[in-house]
This record gives sequence, C-alpha cells and structure tokens, in this order.
Amino acid sequence: MTQGSSPLASPQKLRNYPSYRGGEGMVAWAFHRISGIGVWAFIVLHVVDIWLIGVNPALYDQLGNIYSSAPGRVMETLLGAALFYHALNGMRIVVMDFWPALTIYHRGLWRAVWVTFFIFGLPGAYIILKPIWEMAA
Amino acid sequence: MSAQKYSLSGRPRPTGSRVDLYVWRAVRITSIALFVLALAHFSITHFVYEVGDQSAEWVRQTRWNSIPLRVLDWGMLMAVLVHGFLGMRTVMQDYVPSRIRQASLIGLYAIALLLFVLGTQVIATLPMR
Ligand code: HEM
Repeated sequence: MTQGSSPLASPQKLRNYPSYRGGEGMVAWAFHRISGIGVWAFIVLHVVDIWLIGVNPALYDQLGNIYSSAPGRVMETLLGAALFYHALNGMRIVVMDFWPALTIYHRGLWRAVWVTFFIFGLPGAYIILKPIWEMAA
Repeated sequence: MSAQKYSLSGRPRPTGSRVDLYVWRAVRITSIALFVLALAHFSITHFVYEVGDQSAEWVRQTRWNSIPLRVLDWGMLMAVLVHGFLGMRTVMQDYVPSRIRQASLIGLYAIALLLFVLGTQVIATLPMR
C-alpha cells in the first residue's frame, strides 16, 4: 500500500511520471485537499464550541465575541472561501466520478467552479466583513 | 496495483481494497448531503443572521427550539463526521510514515468518537426553553 490517493497515483514522486505536465486537475486536487484539511480542523473546534452551549454558555458567548471581532471575521471569510471552493470542486469530482462521460468537460467544469465561487463569494465576503468598517466608523 | 493511474477528478476509484472502495463511496455520498446542509448552514449563520447575535441563549430559544431542526443538525453532524474523518484517513495514509500510521489512525478515530459523543449530547440534552 505505497500508492497515494491523489489523481496521480503517487503525488510524492511526481518526477516518476515523465508524461505528467501539471494542469488544472492537479491544482484543483491540491486546493481541494488543503481546503478539506482546513475545514476539518475548524469542525473539530466547532463541535466543541457548540457543546459549550450546554456545559458553559458564558464561555460560549465569550467565544462568540471572538468570532464576531475583526480578526474573527477575516478568519470566517477564509473559512467560508475554503468551504465554498471545496463544496463546488467536490461536486465537480462527484459529477465526473459518477458520470465519467462528463470528464471531457473537465476544463469547463473547473471554470464554472471559479465563476460560481466569485459570483457568490465576493458578496458573501462583503456581508461578513462589513461590520468591521461599520464598527470603526 | 491500481487499474487507473490517472484521474481528472479526485482520488481514482480504488480497485484493490474493499474497505477503500466503501470509503471512497461514503465520502462521495456524504458530500452530496453536505453540499446542501453545510452550505445552507454557513449561509444561515453568516448571511441570514449576524454572527454576533447568536448567543447561547439565542441558540436555545430560537435555533434549537424545534425537534426537526435538531434532528437535521444531528444529521449534518453525522454526515460531516463520516466525510471529514474518512477524508482525513486518506490524507493521513498519504503522509504519515508507516511506522506510526496505525496509531495515528486510531487517534483520528478517537477524535471522531469524541465529537460524536459531545455533539450528540448537546443536541439531545439542551433544554428547549
Ligand atoms: C460542502 C460540501 C462538501 C463537498 C461537496 C465535499 C466533497 C468532497 C469530495 C468529493 C472529496 C473526495 C476527494 C477525493 O477523493 O479526491 C472530499 C474530500 C475531503 N473532504 Fe470534503 N466535501 C464537502 C464538505 C467537507 C467538509 C465540511 C469537510 C470538513 C470536515 C470536508 C473535508 C474533506 C477532507 C479532509 C477530504 C479529503 C481530502 C483529500 O483526500 O485530498 N469536506 N470532499
């Protein structure tokens, strides 16, 4: 079981694949993995913080103050971006895995991921970040 | 021994191990549920309501003042535990040295179990009013 799980069989040994020339698939995969790990780390924190509502509501409210502070909002924007990219690219993966015929459109799907990401993501980021300058004003 | 070396989507469908194939499927099936649940959850908590307004008291009185909503949130918890931890299993199998791989995976599943207990406890026992 030395075989890795990336779209390329062994991400650790790229040079063993002379035919590999990079491209969207590899970037999509790297971003998907990084965002997945990031969101996972937040979920570990998040289940524990929700658990606090039951055992220590005052501490939960204090944490809420950190979440709604300026640095907290920047972090939430990054979390939202990671989650949204991961979700969109994840659907691209699922579509191609379950309907392999659609793989010929992989480049178009990849572009659709980014177009969707920015169309919804930019207004979303604005809504989350807006209180920062409203508080300052 | 993989039949398929290269894939344009994600991890190629595993062909060797039965467990790996189930994991591969479980990650994809839960991802469809999460696409709806997790994105709706993020939108509700950040765009519909303001983050700063959602105190413990608010969660108790508003968000979780309904059994169906609690069940739905519990379902999201289950989907994300299956998806996130099986996803991390794949990641760790790729990067953790084989000497400590087994122990690390047991640690990973222990965290999953802990979150299952904590999350289930708060959803099931938080008083309604
Ligand atoms: C919102 C909807 C989501 C969708 C559509 C989605 C989709 C996917 C898919 C299809 C994979 C498999 C990739 C592969 O095998 O190559 C995957 C992997 C993964 N996902 Fe998600 N996911 C979602 C949410 C989440 C969440 C909330 C978390 C955090 C707990 C998460 C963490 C992970 C991790 C850690 C991996 C493994 C990454 C890797 O193997 O490179 N995902 N996701």
